[in-house]
Amino acid sequence: MENSSSTPMIQTFDLSKKFDDFVAVDKINLSVQAGEIYGFLGPNGAGKSTAIRMLTTLTMPTSGTATIDGYDIVKQSEEVREVVGLVSEKMIMYDRLTARENLRLFAKLYNVPKNEIEGRLDELLATVNMTKWADEKIEKFSTGMKQRINVIRALVSMPRVVFMDEPTLGLDPQSTADIRHLIQRLRDDQGITIILTTHIMNEADILCDRIGVIDRGKIVAEDTPSNLKAKIVEKGNTVINLELVNPPADADSKFKTVDGVISAAQTENLVKVIINKDDAYQTVVEAALKNGLKIHNASVAMPTLEDVFLHYTGRAMDAKLVEKPSSGRRGHGPHGMKPRGRIR
Amino acid sequence: MIAMTDENIIEPVKVEPTKISTRPKSHERAPHSSMRIKRTLSHSLWIAHKDLLEFSRNRVMLVMLFVFPFFMMIMTGYIFPSGNNVKDMPVSIVNSDNYNGTGHAGPESQMLVSALYTVNNNTHFFKYKSVGTYNSAKEKITKGEQNAAIIISANFTDNIRSTKPGYVTVLYDQSNPTISAEITGILDQLMDQIGTQHAVLQINRTTNLTIVQTKAIVKPYSISNTGTIPGNPSYFQFLAPGMMMMVVMMGTMTGLPRAIAYEKDSGTLDGVLAAPTSRFSIILGKVMAQTVRAFIQGFVVLLLAVVLFGVTVHGSPILLVFMMFMGIYGFIGLGIMITSLASDEETASTIMMVLQFPMLFLSGVLFPIQQMPWYMQYVAKVMPLTYAAQAMRKVVVLGAGIGDIMSEIIILFVFGTILLGLSIPLFKRAMTR
Repeated sequence: MENSSSTPMIQTFDLSKKFDDFVAVDKINLSVQAGEIYGFLGPNGAGKSTAIRMLTTLTMPTSGTATIDGYDIVKQSEEVREVVGLVSEKMIMYDRLTARENLRLFAKLYNVPKNEIEGRLDELLATVNMTKWADEKIEKFSTGMKQRINVIRALVSMPRVVFMDEPTLGLDPQSTADIRHLIQRLRDDQGITIILTTHIMNEADILCDRIGVIDRGKIVAEDTPSNLKAKIVEKGNTVINLELVNPPADADSKFKTVDGVISAAQTENLVKVIINKDDAYQTVVEAALKNGLKIHNASVAMPTLEDVFLHYTGRAMDAKLVEKPSSGRRGHGPHGMKPRGRIR
Repeated sequence: MIAMTDENIIEPVKVEPTKISTRPKSHERAPHSSMRIKRTLSHSLWIAHKDLLEFSRNRVMLVMLFVFPFFMMIMTGYIFPSGNNVKDMPVSIVNSDNYNGTGHAGPESQMLVSALYTVNNNTHFFKYKSVGTYNSAKEKITKGEQNAAIIISANFTDNIRSTKPGYVTVLYDQSNPTISAEITGILDQLMDQIGTQHAVLQINRTTNLTIVQTKAIVKPYSISNTGTIPGNPSYFQFLAPGMMMMVVMMGTMTGLPRAIAYEKDSGTLDGVLAAPTSRFSIILGKVMAQTVRAFIQGFVVLLLAVVLFGVTVHGSPILLVFMMFMGIYGFIGLGIMITSLASDEETASTIMMVLQFPMLFLSGVLFPIQQMPWYMQYVAKVMPLTYAAQAMRKVVVLGAGIGDIMSEIIILFVFGTILLGLSIPLFKRAMTR
């Protein structure tokens, strides 16, 4: 069972989770190779967080299972926990403890040999330039500093797989860049397998080797970012960006009924339309004019991951979540709790 | 989307290429059982250490540790009527005595009134006010100006002079039963005393017996009250042991669910659960930390009681510590159970309130169980705090030995064991939903 190059680091077998009559994760089958960075993309409540909670043994699947480094998440959960690190959306840190005290606690809980602990903590603190702040209490830290500690906390046990749920949510641009850089180094230098969820398409594009688009508990598309983008155009689809002047909030709905339109989504003044038609540009512009919309600019765009997302889920990524920084890192997924007041 | 352009400009910080050590190939797995026990203990000690470290750095909590029991002692020690706090209660005296039809008060009634005043000059229980009629006395009670009225009947002197009893009515305020009970109790005693004195003098006048001999005939039984311990224990002496147990109970019952619910809400519990740590070591570590806390809280109450409220410990200090431990043992299962049933901090607090309030009032911590109606006494008897407080009181006030409180110890042990047995599997299940 010890991992060899042929067996994937993570493999799921019809992995499912039901809360009462709500299916959060619906028979997911995926496999991730050692050293891969795999991204989960999906709207709120799509099942990303629940999938990660199952893979980190925080919640039990209702049916199906998965293996991590050859260990079964249901039957060998303790072994799974030994090889897995978790960077959760809510930071796992005790505010009244210092950075080093936090890290030391988790080193102990992960059974790191006593004589290795301090050396390893120094090493990890140095990699994120936090040596100087090691003995300060977490409550004094900025969000960016906290997140650096939060990420290296997941590394104290030298895990083979690290799950990162929104690791850059709410961070300033500098910290975001630092964390992304660290993620790349973890894979490049140590061959750590990383599963990542993010709201930022650009981030997924830069970091991920492969992406699984997850919607309503199912994986609806899975490939490398460039293949995913290429697939949209291959099928004869065109992405058109319409910049409108003071459009109504439901301007996108005007396009949804137009012949050939696959999807349309609006972010303030911008409406993105994916359309399968030879005279794509003309059709979209005419539809806009017919509905009395004022066009500031209209252009045919190279598909981005957002278009991929729009194409497969029929929805734009939640704009508010992307643009609003900080203001607490509260969870938005079901988090293993019963879904209360579901979105949609 | 604006953020994206920003962060494309910014270069990632140049990090010195410290090579992060790679994972050793042969990682120790599947430890055998002695190793497992060692790990469980080590993990739980670290979790306890962490909890206590956090606690010791929480200044507000540390201050509250002293303030809370202090206020509880002050409040409960002074708000409840305890006999000797009846002072200057306004009471009317209506002398309707109509001596020989003259319309004036006769000598017997005047003597009674002056005796009432004389006794009161020493005790200051009441503040008498002479009132003309029964109706105005009644009105004063209704208005809340007076607490009671002593009404001397119309043919008081005539009756006594013709060797019939002189009638006195005590009118009391029904809206305040506690105060009324106190006042009527004291008045009864007072009347009895004055009456006896009157009888002794009367008999003494007509016979040739001495005062002492007459007294022995009129009041043949002489009663004196002595406790089993020296001195006269105050209400605090009664209150402090129960209060200690109550604080220990509250600490163990609320501390645990609150700590775990808080970690659940803040997300740190996920970190601990995702580590190769058994559910048992988490609960054990938390319980250890809460036990230490509860002990500290109990000792704070004891310290305040001894230093500020003059409470004396008559029993063995070791037994006292042991009883505190038994109290914690009795309640910890309840704490774990609440933790497992409540999904968040708010629910946990609500469940705790529902359980704690009846315990607080019905367990004989604040007032003796014997004062409750019989059905409430049955309720009190199913509450573990009743036994914990009772045993602690016996140790502190009466200097009881372990043999004297064995039944309480057994009850707490059984109660604690049953609850632990039920709650630990419940907790493990709740943690892996």
